[in-house]
Amino acid sequence: MTETQSAPARTAARLLRTPYFWGIVAIALLLLVNVLRDPGYLAITVNPANGNLVGNLVDILRAAAPILMIAVGMCLVIATGGIDLSVGSIMVVSGAVAMEFLNAAAAPDSVLAALAAFLLAVAFGAILGAVNGILVSVVGLQPFISTLVILLAGRGLAKVITEGQNTAASNEPFRWIANGYLVGLPVVLLFAVLIVIAVGLLVRRSALGLMIEAIGMDPKAARLAGIKRRSLLMTVYIASGILAGIAGVFATASVMTVDVSRTGYQLELDAILAVVIGGTSLAGGKFNLGGTVVGALLIATLDKTVVFLGISSSATPAFKAIVIVVLCLLQSERVRQLFRQRRAPGTFVPSKETIPA
Amino acid sequence: MSTVTSFDNRPTSVEPKREGGPARWLKAHLGLLPTFAALLIFLAMIVYGEIAYGRILQASTVSNLLINNAHLVILAVGLTFVILTGGIDLSVGAVIAFSSVAGVLLTNAGWNPWFVIVLMVLIGSLFGLISGVLIQFFDVQPFIATLAMMFLARGLASMLSTTPERLADESPMRGLATQFKLVDGPRVNDLVITPGVIIAVVVVLVAVFLLHRTRFGRTVYAIGGSEQSSTLMGLPVVSTKLWVYVISGTLAGVAAVVYTARLGSAQNITGIGWELDAIAATVIGGTLLMGGAGFVLGSVVGALVLGLMNVLITRDGGIRPETTTIITGGILLVFVLLQRAVASRRRE
Amino acid sequence: MTAPVPPAPVPIVEMKSISISFPGVKALDGVDFRLFPGEVHTLMGENGAGKSTLIKALTGVYRIDDGEILVGGQSRRLTGTADAQDAGISTVYQEVNLCDNLTIGENVMLGHETRGRFGINWTATHRAAVDALEKLGLGHLNPRQPLSTLSLAVQQLVAISRAMVAKSTVLILDEPTSSLDANEVEGLFAVIRRLRDQGVAILFVSHFLDQVYAISDRMTVLRNGQYQGEYLTRELPRAALIATMIGKEVASLASLDSERAERDHLHTDEPILRAEGLGRKGSIDPTDLELHRGEVVGFAGLLGSGRTELARLLYGADKADEGQVYFRGKKVDISTPTRGLAHKIAFSSENRRDEGIVRDLSVRENLVLAVQAKRGWARPLSKRDKDAIVTKYLAELNVRPADPDRPIRNLSGGNQQKVLLGRWLATKPELLILDEPTRGIDVGAKAEIQEQVAALADDGVAVVFISSELEEVVRLSDRIVVLKDHRKIAEIINGPGVTADLIVNTIAEEGVPAGADAAWSTPADREVSE
Repeated sequence: MTETQSAPARTAARLLRTPYFWGIVAIALLLLVNVLRDPGYLAITVNPANGNLVGNLVDILRAAAPILMIAVGMCLVIATGGIDLSVGSIMVVSGAVAMEFLNAAAAPDSVLAALAAFLLAVAFGAILGAVNGILVSVVGLQPFISTLVILLAGRGLAKVITEGQNTAASNEPFRWIANGYLVGLPVVLLFAVLIVIAVGLLVRRSALGLMIEAIGMDPKAARLAGIKRRSLLMTVYIASGILAGIAGVFATASVMTVDVSRTGYQLELDAILAVVIGGTSLAGGKFNLGGTVVGALLIATLDKTVVFLGISSSATPAFKAIVIVVLCLLQSERVRQLFRQRRAPGTFVPSKETIPA
Repeated sequence: MSTVTSFDNRPTSVEPKREGGPARWLKAHLGLLPTFAALLIFLAMIVYGEIAYGRILQASTVSNLLINNAHLVILAVGLTFVILTGGIDLSVGAVIAFSSVAGVLLTNAGWNPWFVIVLMVLIGSLFGLISGVLIQFFDVQPFIATLAMMFLARGLASMLSTTPERLADESPMRGLATQFKLVDGPRVNDLVITPGVIIAVVVVLVAVFLLHRTRFGRTVYAIGGSEQSSTLMGLPVVSTKLWVYVISGTLAGVAAVVYTARLGSAQNITGIGWELDAIAATVIGGTLLMGGAGFVLGSVVGALVLGLMNVLITRDGGIRPETTTIITGGILLVFVLLQRAVASRRRE
Repeated sequence: MTAPVPPAPVPIVEMKSISISFPGVKALDGVDFRLFPGEVHTLMGENGAGKSTLIKALTGVYRIDDGEILVGGQSRRLTGTADAQDAGISTVYQEVNLCDNLTIGENVMLGHETRGRFGINWTATHRAAVDALEKLGLGHLNPRQPLSTLSLAVQQLVAISRAMVAKSTVLILDEPTSSLDANEVEGLFAVIRRLRDQGVAILFVSHFLDQVYAISDRMTVLRNGQYQGEYLTRELPRAALIATMIGKEVASLASLDSERAERDHLHTDEPILRAEGLGRKGSIDPTDLELHRGEVVGFAGLLGSGRTELARLLYGADKADEGQVYFRGKKVDISTPTRGLAHKIAFSSENRRDEGIVRDLSVRENLVLAVQAKRGWARPLSKRDKDAIVTKYLAELNVRPADPDRPIRNLSGGNQQKVLLGRWLATKPELLILDEPTRGIDVGAKAEIQEQVAALADDGVAVVFISSELEEVVRLSDRIVVLKDHRKIAEIINGPGVTADLIVNTIAEEGVPAGADAAWSTPADREVSE
């Protein structure tokens, strides 16, 4: 059947099979809806006063920054066959630490204080990530239990840190991280893009990516091939914690307030969704950072669109959950088999028992 | 020569390994150890509370402990079924939120309250069924499937309302929280009971019967021991696993009814973190997180330990209530580690 | 032993021209099989002959592509274990499939509990369990005791009791004796005979020839998924049986034979690896071993003899409980694969699917995995280095198709095995341990891998070669370590006169009480002469 297909059809088929193809289509559709509502939606203008780019697209990209951070971390964790449910709570802890520090420092213009707050936030992310990593790799607890404990205890910790208050602080340099502009572009976007590229390069240029995939696909074979699972898992969970810490800074710096019950709330849902949209299987193994970026952008676009259209945003989490379920179904062996049988009989992959003992 | 003797003394093919009496009993009942630990902790907490704050061992405190934790007991029972098979259900807290918000809104909209109560329970069953189907027929990992249900239920609850919804004062559902005095003690020190507590007790009794007196219950344990073996033994693994999630969902629905009746209102953020409480109660009560061993009654003790912990924290006043989740999480981790230790001991 | 009951005219199970295919493999090709009530019937064949597949077809685990299964004269489509049990077919596996979190009685009665007005009546259930156990001579067991307190052998008998509670007329015993000692085997056989005399049809699968001849009345032989014949045990001499099982495909290796003979006493140097009392509880008794450069050492023994277990300790795939390992005379710690790899040891597991290839990675990624792991993730191989490795080993090992970007799962078993060999060779090992590298692959690939092994030894690599095909071990090895019951029982310097039969005899005779095995004595009183 495939031989008779024409060249364009084949190209189309290849495109269709790109894991995040539908993510891009969805972004385009959402933007189209917005354009229909307001033809000038996509317009990007330059603010004559300071040369900064202004527009809805810029807003979407800015909103995508924290999601990008946690989604990238989540992607690596999921690739190892685990999950990190604690990212949202790590965000609020980091945000709380930064706000409390800046509030106590009371130095509204100190770059040093901003830097210290940033590093402190990241350090707390790293510590909580390390706790996850130890529980998963050394203690051998299931990832979802370990990170669920941090998910719930983390928010408690944030409340303890701020004594239950929604601490606010003022520090211009810190605020600049989320709201400032550099060469006409939002700083937060540049920052996020840099970090994503750095992580991407680190993972794909070193052998980290290959090893993460190997332990996610087949832990036993990977172990016998000499791969150190324990230290890799530690690395990945700490990385996820650090990225969540940075996301926490992004989320709190934009309003210079940490809302202990809302900052980062349910953002693990967004992170998981972004990863799944990006074509990474929740069962672990092959991961796709590019796809995850598309997924994060889609979620930001969706959130902004919902607000723009004036739909009650309370419907979005339920909608996102349904998308996750549908994508999980598409990843399941049973559904795939249905597709496969229709397309090409005989490519059936043998089940585990094939080798007669 | 001595080596030869010992060789001859090897146990023959059809005899069990011999060990000393107490050692053997302990080994045979290692599974009970965590439950005993939980019971001890419970007693210790009572003693400590009595000494430190007083008025713990009195009818009103005991009554309040039962009334305020009836929903948690019901949840823990549901989770015990799931965890016994080696699965997990993270959706229970969110299901309660959705079920109770929907229930209050429908009641206030003038629906027949009894019908609404049934509906609230069935909402739970439906979520459980969906989780079960995803897990059993589409090979979705239990935590992923129930996590998705958690987000879905929470999202649906937020769609219905984001503010506290008050149950009308005259609603018969509130009747489930009516306090009946069993013993009229001096001043306010009465032993009281509510229909909600009775529901919890009935749930516990039915669960004990199901788990220990039916083939379904034995299959639950067998699956937790080894799903592969259970399949090869020809047990109905598929339907049992499906039922387990339906039970957990249904009991979340029941818990929603009991909780809403007591509180008289419902909100979309009700039940955040209750899945952790329920898991902790189950694990503290001696149910292995890997499945296959545990008791419903243990989970009841676990739930009461958590309830008593809240009482003590409130009485103390020095501990911030925000730390509760941290303490619960810590306790859960300690007990999981204890389980690991026991499991590796048993494996020798 | 009582005389076999003459078969009743109607077989209880009849499988007619059964075929089952997996992609690229015809696991069963028109196989016939009959089982009569009151007989013990053995299914014989080498690894990969199709025994497991046939059993799985009969227990409803695999759907058959072609053919017919008759149970009690009626055609049945078996769709699962529960279905097979309804048809009266129960299976007891080597790794006992019971639930060790439950008690003995619960396991026996699971799914068949006696029910009363208040649910399960435990008193009656336990009584029924005791009855069932008593019938197999296990009446002294307390049904309320946890199953985990029983030895594996007794658990097996409990599993059989369970099958009898399910009123099974057909009992399949899949490798039941692999991990039992002699006494335990006798206990099991007593039970089997008792059941046979009650008219139960028993299908017995075992690698142990002695046991097969001791217990079975009739046998069916399979080879490469094909039916070779059905024989009365007493009419089929052992040699004839082995010939039927192995077939005649050994000629292609004739050239290797002489080549190995030249290198008999090549090594006079210090051993590259020396193990002293290396052991692990429950898998291999403390063992001494020396491995030399340029030498192929074969580990011979039956499945579960300790051959794989010993190999795993040498690499660190499992952690040893006791003993020391000296590498080039220096005491080293090999407790994890990473450490093994660091000491230039490489180990290819017998379990190619689960412990060898990473199915979803490409051929290229599978090839470089071990080298990369050895370097650590921070020092990635350059693209040029990777290409060099890939080009070299795809060509040298003649991997087909030579497309490095294809997922390895799409390659045939033989080519997967070659890629794995390449993965380990790329780490430049000084000691290469190959566990069943030729199992389940086609004849061409097999010969190529054997040639590689010989060539490697010529280049000075120490090779440990494990195979359940004794012929292959004998032809390839300079020295053969014979294992049985989790311990080394002999070391044989290869040379003219050493045959697979000799190894078989060594293993067989060793089972006889001490004193009778003078010909091939234990390593304790016989040093390897060099």
